[in-house]
Amino acid sequence: MHEGFRRDAPGVHPALDDAGYKSTRLRHPRQPLVYLPQSVTELSGPQLGPERVTGALDHDLTRQHAGEPLGERIVVSGRVLDGDGRPIRDTLVEIWQANAAGRYLHKGDQHPAPLDPNFSGAGRCVTDANGRYEFITIKPGAYPWGNHHNAWRPQHIHFSLLGQAFAQRLVTQMYFPGDPLFAFDPIYNSVRDPEGRARMVSSFDLERTVPDWALAYDFDIVLRGRESTPIEEER
Amino acid sequence: MSGRLEVTPSQTVGPFFSIGLPWDGGPIAADGPDALTISGVVLDGEGAPIPDALVESWQTAPAGIRGFARAPTDDAGRYAIRTVKPPALGAEAPHIDVSLFCRGLLHRVVTRIYFADEQAANAADPTLARVPGDRRETLLAAPTDDGYRFDIHLQGDDETVFFAV
Ligand SMILES: [Fe+2]
Repeated sequence: MHEGFRRDAPGVHPALDDAGYKSTRLRHPRQPLVYLPQSVTELSGPQLGPERVTGALDHDLTRQHAGEPLGERIVVSGRVLDGDGRPIRDTLVEIWQANAAGRYLHKGDQHPAPLDPNFSGAGRCVTDANGRYEFITIKPGAYPWGNHHNAWRPQHIHFSLLGQAFAQRLVTQMYFPGDPLFAFDPIYNSVRDPEGRARMVSSFDLERTVPDWALAYDFDIVLRGRESTPIEEER
Repeated sequence: MSGRLEVTPSQTVGPFFSIGLPWDGGPIAADGPDALTISGVVLDGEGAPIPDALVESWQTAPAGIRGFARAPTDDAGRYAIRTVKPPALGAEAPHIDVSLFCRGLLHRVVTRIYFADEQAANAADPTLARVPGDRRETLLAAPTDDGYRFDIHLQGDDETVFFAV
């Protein structure tokens, strides 16, 4: 008997070959994936929290410089859960994002929007005993990209999660409710299932909105759950 | 226990992950007198280097090391990690799991580094046995002066074997 992680159902994640997202063309494998039984390497993973979260303000992107960044201050929080609803505690959550003008602090970003000397756009924290995380940041701007004529990314925050094991590793993006760019964005729409897309969209959180200070958004992240099988069956 | 929840879908890391993911000590899974360097290039379907990829490695052994490395590629598509060679684990030959992320990949791809100089262990490895014989070589890191070389081909004639984990 060994306890592995439940494999994702077909269609949960985007296909690697996506006609609408041009950069996938030369970067997706064409050969079928080979089934990998989950052994000790896949069932374990690093605990990076203590090494990566070193400052008291790593989770507060509005207080990492001398002054405050421009833009709409927001609180982004939620839980990291596994597919059985169990909180994943003590796991590292890493985020990165554009500034309020839609510009990344990156040499490759050519968008002619201003950089903000008070905003780097990176945050880290570790979930608590209930799997909760919280970031304070500013709402990122939409930005253009070269995928097709008049292509704009919906406002989003990039999220990276390690979970408890190699088999749970996930990188995703958090979107904001009601974005008018959803219909036109091939990355968002690379998830074909509307319910899957909805799971990437945060919800406005009145309860955590801080009066006279900041709106709040709630975003739960679900990593794979576990399953016990006598011998792992091949798909 | 609560009911079953559907997982959050994957999205690409995009071109600007270096803001948030790499850090100075990231590429070092283990150091010390036994440490070696595993390096290589990440290439696309036309053989062009991918300068905006992120290689993450994970090994659970030997005990006492961090076992995790995170290394972005440079402008020439090169990455390098520092680690020690893992031991065999039961029937499994020495191996290191790898996740690869980049702009244009909507979900990580997973591969494994095996070691070309572990012929006997590799011949008995149950995972390598699942890989078509003519593609196994894509998983074998070749010895170099300071460690091993392991190139990753996302697509093309020499496409690396990627796994469904
Ligand atoms: Fe982005």
